[in-house]
Formats: sequence, C-alpha cells, structure tokens
Amino acid sequence: MATETPAPLRTVQAPLTPPWSQQGLLEVFRHRYILGLLVRREIAARYQGSVLGLVWSYINPLTQFFIYYFVMGILFGRANRVQDFAIHVFAGLIIVHFFIETMNAGTRSIVRNKSLVQKMAVPREMFPVASMLVSLFHVFPQVIILVIATTIAGWKPDPMGMVIGVIGLLISMTLGTALALMFSAANVFLRDVSNAVNVLTNFVRFGVPMMYPYTLVAIRFHGHTDLYLLNPIVEAVLAFQRAFWVGATSNPARAAALDMPPHLFWLCIRALLISLAVLAIAQSTFSRLERRIPERLL
Amino acid sequence: MKDNRSIVVRHVSKTFTLRYHRTIKEMSVAMMRQQELADSFLAVDDVSFNVQQGESIGLMGLNGSGKSTLLKMINGIMRPDSGKVLTRGRTAGLIATGAGFHPQLTGRDNVYLNAAILGMSEAETRRKFDAIVEFADIGRFLDSPVGHYSSGMFARLGFAVAIHVDADIFLADEVLAVGDRPFKRKCLAKMQEIRESGTTLFYVSHAAGSVRRMCDRVLVLEKGRLMFDGDVNEGIKFLHYDDDEENALDTEDEMDEEMGADI
Repeated sequence: MATETPAPLRTVQAPLTPPWSQQGLLEVFRHRYILGLLVRREIAARYQGSVLGLVWSYINPLTQFFIYYFVMGILFGRANRVQDFAIHVFAGLIIVHFFIETMNAGTRSIVRNKSLVQKMAVPREMFPVASMLVSLFHVFPQVIILVIATTIAGWKPDPMGMVIGVIGLLISMTLGTALALMFSAANVFLRDVSNAVNVLTNFVRFGVPMMYPYTLVAIRFHGHTDLYLLNPIVEAVLAFQRAFWVGATSNPARAAALDMPPHLFWLCIRALLISLAVLAIAQSTFSRLERRIPERLL
Repeated sequence: MKDNRSIVVRHVSKTFTLRYHRTIKEMSVAMMRQQELADSFLAVDDVSFNVQQGESIGLMGLNGSGKSTLLKMINGIMRPDSGKVLTRGRTAGLIATGAGFHPQLTGRDNVYLNAAILGMSEAETRRKFDAIVEFADIGRFLDSPVGHYSSGMFARLGFAVAIHVDADIFLADEVLAVGDRPFKRKCLAKMQEIRESGTTLFYVSHAAGSVRRMCDRVLVLEKGRLMFDGDVNEGIKFLHYDDDEENALDTEDEMDEEMGADI
C-alpha cells in the first residue's frame, strides 16, 4: 500500500482522551499546584490595599472574643452558670465562623471566577475547595487566640480532647466543602441560592451549642436530643469545646459529664460519616450540573 | 498503521437554551400570555472530523456559526450534549483574548496562574518566564495589576503565556484581533514555528490571507453544521471570502490590512 501521508514530525504517546476532567474532587488533589496558587491569590486579594493586611485576621476574632465575653458573660450573667463562658462561645464560634465562611464564599466561588471558568479547562471543583482552604487558613490565627485565652484560664490539655478537636475540624471541613460544592454549582443557575445560603447561616449560628450550653438543650427536650445531634456541625462545635473549653474549667471531668453529650467520640465519628455521605451526594450533584455551567455563566 | 489522530470529533452536537424570563414575575406573566418560557438553538449540529497530529486546520465561518463553541469543546471547557470529543496530549491556546486573567493580580502572578492552568509546572514556568515576558513586551507593567493594562497588553500577555506551553494541540481563536501590527507579525511567526514543530494547529479566523498562509486544511461551519472540509483555497472560495481578492495579497502591508478584518 502506498503511503501518501508523510511521516509525522511528532508522535504523541498520550492516549486519546476526552479533554475535560472526569474525576471530580480527585482531580483537584492531582492539581495541587494550581490549587495552591488559587488559594494564595484569594488570600492576597482579600487583604489587597489594606495597610494592616493579615493582622486583620487576628483583630477580627480577638474583638469578637471580647464582645462575647462582655455581652454574654458579664451583661447576661451567663458566666455565673457556665464556667469560662467566653471560651465556650469562642471555641464554638471558630467552627461556626469557618463553616459559614466556607459556605458563603464557596457558594459564590464559581460565579466570581467566571473569567477562568469560561476560558480555561480547569476542574471546577477547584474553586469551592479553594474557598474552603482560604477559610481554613483563617482558622489558625483564631485557634492561637483561643489557646492564649484558655492558657490564661488554666488550661489542662488532654490527648482525647485533641483527637476529638481534630475530628471536629474535619467534620466542618468535609461538610463545608460538600455544601460549597453543591451551592456553587446551583448558584450559577439561580442566583437566589446565595441569598438562601445567607438565611441558612442564621440557622447555623443558633442551631449549635455555642451561645448556650448543650445541657440547656438536653434539659428543655428532656434528653431527646437525637435530632439535634444529627446535625454534624453540632458535633463539630461540641468537639472543639471538648478540646479547648473542658480543659480550661476548674473541674474538667465534671464539665465533660455535665455539658457534653455521652459518647462524644462516637457521635463525632458518626457526624464525620454523615458529612462524607453528604460530600458524595454533593459531588454527584455537582458533576451533573457542571456540564452546563460555562454556558449559563453570563 | 499507527493511530496518529490528534483530535477526534464524532457526531458532536451542542444545544444552548435561551431563557427569556428569569424571575417568577416574568415567568408568570409569560405563562398567562402563553409565550414560550425558553427556547433552544443548536450551536453545533452533528459535526464529525478527524485531525492528524501536525495538521494545521483553519476553522472558518460567519459570526455565530458555532466556531467558538466547537473550539471550547475541543479545549474541554464545554461538553457536547451528544457525540464524542477526544484529544491526544496537552492542549493549549487562547479562547478569546486575555484568557482567564485576574484583574487584581499582577502580571507576574497571572503568568504563573495561567501557565499552571495550561498544564505547566512551577519549574517549567520559571524556566520560560523570561521568554514569556519578553514576548509580551509589557516592560515595567509586569508587577502592576493586570486590571490596569490596556486591552492590547492584556491580550499580549495572555498570548505570550499560551504560546510558550509545549502543547501537542494549539488552539487559536481571534488572537490576532487585538495587538498592534508588530505584535501580530510576531504572533504569526511564532505560530508558524509551532506549526513546524509538529503541533496540531487549530486556527479560527475570518482572514482568508492568514488562513491561506497558516493552514493546510479548512473546515467551514455554517449554522452549526460542517459544510466544507478540505483544501484551503476551495474552502475560502466556498465561503465567498475570495470575492474581493482579485489583486493578490502578497505584500506584508496588504496582509496586515487583511488581518485587520479579524476584529
């Protein structure tokens, strides 16, 4: 057979594949370098043009801590009934704030990055995940302030508390990413979603034992807290309080028995599993919606 | 014989939905008047073709004929509703000018981000950074936010990054619409170089002159359908783009004027 085509200048060894990414979140971890650049870009953009820059990420939680200390602890007199109430609130606030930030910024992430989404083939899960990491970045200054406050209050850290605390953070990371994924894609189609998420954040703030102790819920509902505890963020908040607040009280064993639900460790494991299930659902929703994202971003 | 196809497009269709009414109020009014709530149109309609590695394709057609949509599907930005798109190796290129720059970031940061998205590692970007900056020729603006750039500078930087990726497939869509004459000439020369290195070139243009120069095969889209696939001159004739071409466009100046029609 005569070969009329000349020998090609270049032979590419790679296989013929569809040009878009197909592995969802896994793809994001394969592109860690881009993810890192996106996160850095986001952090840089947030403090762009401000003189204090990153110092703001310390000032904000610090002032919040003092506000809660005065309003809740001194004005409302909660401090008399719950020991170190400001720490109780602040430990919860770190988780709540992180979760809300992830959800809010994540929801807007794809719409905000539309110039990238419309012109370049990046795995789009990248954007909500980057939002979560940016929020996570701001958790660390808050934890530092929390540790300083608890140390002043006479903190005695225990290994079990630390383990539970880490699980608590993992729960809020997983659930935050899941909701950010789902809402970011939905927000492309209906901008109402970002407003709805705002409403949802109010429920998050008051639906967790942050401004009130868990005991109060147990007493009011006569111990029927099963439904309340089904919300993984409740466990995440309790976990952080278990890690930082319990050790700061004068009698940790008593505080743990009184203001923490029994079997907190297993409750946290369950909450983590629930969050992972939500993440799986979110990923499949995202993949379904993603096909039409570029054409609907106007 | 070894399969050396670079791009495979098989029975690809893409429908866009046009929404007339977006709020509940608008929708209920439209329903009462029994108007259509949404309409769809076929942007790309059952298009099939193969491209061998190293071929240089000119994609032509009137505005709205589906060229950019087709290009976006080859680039992986959009997915077809039906049919298959397969590519081999790394794809780079520009889909419209100034692809995906972040206005708040400096030119330098944008180069790194853009290069990363086009598949370059950090080391690779660092190695090519000087070449990219030199090609873009933006001078001291490199460290100021790209939001302050002129549209020409914006496009130049975008093109400079894309052109330095060692891609197996290079897509170019209206890249020459922005940029002054020296830059256009530089781009064409660089694209010629890419073509000679064995990269598959996919070039969207209205300019018959530059297509004739760059490409060895032409695809013509008309209302989303592939109407012509073959020889460059016949393709241009098919589009009637050669009507006003009695006087041959041989000199550089006339080429440039011809390219001006890109806009």
